[in-house]
Amino acid sequence: VKIRAAMIGALLLSFAGTANAQVTADRLLHAGKEPQNWLMYSGGYSGLRYSTLDQINASNAGRLVPKWAYQTMAGGKFETTPLVVDGILYATGPDDRAFALDARSGRPIWQYQRALPPDIRPCCGRVNRGVAILGDKVFMGTLDAHVIALDAKTGAVVWEIAAADYSKGYSFTLAPLVIKNLVLVGVSGGEYGIRGFIDAYDAATGERKWRFNTIPGPGEPGSETWEGESWKVGGSPAWITGTFDPATNTTFWTTGNPAPSNRGIGRGGDNLYADSLLALDPDTGKMKWYFQFTPHDEHDYDATQVPVMVDDGGKKLIAQANRNGFFYVIDRTTGKLLSATQYAKVTWSNSRDATGRPVGSKEGEPTLEGNPVCPGALGATNWMSPSYDPQTKLFYVTAREQCDIFSTAPQVFDAGHAFYGSAYFPNDATEPYWGALRALDPATGKLVWEWRHNSPAWAGVLTTAGGLAFTGDAEGNFIALDAKSGKALWHFQCGASVIAGPMTFAIDGKQYVAVAAGSTLFAFGLQ
Amino acid sequence: MREVPAEMKFQKRNGWGIVWRALVCAMAALCVAGAAAAQAKNPYAGDANVAKLGESQFRSNCAFCHGLGARGGGRGPDLTRAQKRHGNSDEEIFHNIHDGIAGTAMPPATSGGIGVGMTDEEIWQVVTYIRSVEKKANAETGNVARGKELFYGTAACGTCHMVNGKGGRLGPELTSTATSRSEEYLVDSLRNPSKRLAQGIMEAMKDFPQEYETANVTTADGTKYQGVVLNEDAFTVQVLDTREVLHSWEKSSLKKYEKTRESLMPTYDEKMLPEKDLRDLLAFLAASAGGGK
Repeated sequence: VKIRAAMIGALLLSFAGTANAQVTADRLLHAGKEPQNWLMYSGGYSGLRYSTLDQINASNAGRLVPKWAYQTMAGGKFETTPLVVDGILYATGPDDRAFALDARSGRPIWQYQRALPPDIRPCCGRVNRGVAILGDKVFMGTLDAHVIALDAKTGAVVWEIAAADYSKGYSFTLAPLVIKNLVLVGVSGGEYGIRGFIDAYDAATGERKWRFNTIPGPGEPGSETWEGESWKVGGSPAWITGTFDPATNTTFWTTGNPAPSNRGIGRGGDNLYADSLLALDPDTGKMKWYFQFTPHDEHDYDATQVPVMVDDGGKKLIAQANRNGFFYVIDRTTGKLLSATQYAKVTWSNSRDATGRPVGSKEGEPTLEGNPVCPGALGATNWMSPSYDPQTKLFYVTAREQCDIFSTAPQVFDAGHAFYGSAYFPNDATEPYWGALRALDPATGKLVWEWRHNSPAWAGVLTTAGGLAFTGDAEGNFIALDAKSGKALWHFQCGASVIAGPMTFAIDGKQYVAVAAGSTLFAFGLQ
Repeated sequence: MREVPAEMKFQKRNGWGIVWRALVCAMAALCVAGAAAAQAKNPYAGDANVAKLGESQFRSNCAFCHGLGARGGGRGPDLTRAQKRHGNSDEEIFHNIHDGIAGTAMPPATSGGIGVGMTDEEIWQVVTYIRSVEKKANAETGNVARGKELFYGTAACGTCHMVNGKGGRLGPELTSTATSRSEEYLVDSLRNPSKRLAQGIMEAMKDFPQEYETANVTTADGTKYQGVVLNEDAFTVQVLDTREVLHSWEKSSLKKYEKTRESLMPTYDEKMLPEKDLRDLLAFLAASAGGGK
């Protein structure tokens, strides 16, 4: 309790001291030192989505109440994770909205909405997951494949740059990642037969500093993993925010499905670097190593889950519960696979290669009339953020128990048009869909507890030093669970599915937890 | 190692396609200016090659709900039925795909609506495909009037099912079911009601398809209820009991809450419902759906 009081005192001081101060690269590097703020998509460079704030804790979570709500008035999925910097909250909404709010009251400071062309090609909703911040600017990727910088004080566009041709199916939905003076983004569009990439832009000018093509071109290592010219339309997007290890100056990014997602015929080979973890030099974009989770994927098993950096007893790891149903632990200094444990129902793979990596089976391949396979097309998890709690040493992931029928059919490529190679659909022969928040032990890969959801959920997870895990469900509940036991301590019915990751911040010494649901951003605090 | 199959070769559009695309663009410009005046006639009607392209689009964008071959799925109606609930003309089908159907789970085919979105050209391809898989309705052998008598009388369907505003609400509403489900499906639902619970066509205002799962509940004071689950989340449940009384419970307050996928509907085997009666019932359902739009 003493420590907490001291910390709140420190928070108050630091708020007074840093109000209106700019977010420097150094502050981002030490984001954990200012837990009252939430400075980047996953909270800090490690991607833990964990906060040391503990004013709201397992003993008082039952007293949480809504403090304010902000309505975007937008339709569609609201996937944002807000940032909070010294009392100001920055977030995005559907149709490329962005806004700054007084984090104390939820009242808007400025609101921005991009004038989007009518023919954009977002695969999966007109969504955006948030901004990044550096200096006096916030950065956002747009559905028409631009990267833009907004004045953090006014929301005015400072610079904008076209990264790719949106009419061909390129778009941005992720929250950018700022490292040093660079703004890193990865592209969406795996459903359109794009060629994926990760870009870095100068935060001051918008000038592109490097591009890493997630599919190697002819002559480059890895190009032999694509049959014929299939690499040109091989997808491999990178639509979730990466993480960064300053100790080795390495940024970790993950990639999505090879295209067409449901048809491997015509793109024979492993299809690098689709469904992979990439270790890149953030200064140059040069690849240090890669690890491919799903070779020659035919089930749309994007690896686009935040690659969480777990440090345990001197071991430097990346933990990822993958859409393909396996929980991977990887040495992040070498890219070597340490373990891959099933955490949800899996039928696509029944064997492993020499390194212990699960590989696909003949029986799991899609067929013309359809073949039931688990996980289903939306995965054992999807893009929703997991969390790692250094106190419990547990990894928390939203798991989806959903098997689907995968079909495959020849499809002519037509730029800017859907390029799936057929479809998936529900399998009514199997048990009804359900879901769970699962707490996994990275040391063993074992399930420690689960909180059962009525149906598969789309919410991310936040853990806090208060011993809490926050998540949401598809039925609209925002839930606080005991991070140790999985017992529900509190819930609030938001009135719409929670399709976003929660975050936490403090202002005036009071802790808040915020989450988006429906068209509303909610902030909760103690009564 | 394998040769690049034809499907992966980069095909250039033929001249006609370019003309068509220009036309679509012109139309789009008009749409922006004012009311969306989709053309009434399918430019591809009866073209087998276009139907093939439409099948590909259908697989990507529609099969998730409407099933492979448009034979219907958990969420979407069987589209091989010639009689469509929301309109039978090409123009109406185009409109339904393009703009969605209000009050249903059918989304508009604009970006981010259906799958990855469809252009007008692709929508016409899908219309052409749907036409190519439609089945002629079987010559109806049953007696509609007798079917109606059975429905509300000895077969007692109307105790739980509603047709045109008359009947119960414990089971799915059936006025237009003959436009959205195949005859085989309807027969199977009568003969084996628990084999597959009502494939609730996803209702627009719910998060999941209504399946009419059976609930067995014992409240804190020991009272027992049986009914169907109308809605449920992690903490609460809404149950319609067999007397059609609606209950709302906090799950934590209940002594017992059990759900089963054993339907409350009795099995209508041949003893209970001889083949002739079955035909008459189907005839009644077909007739009640017939005028529906």
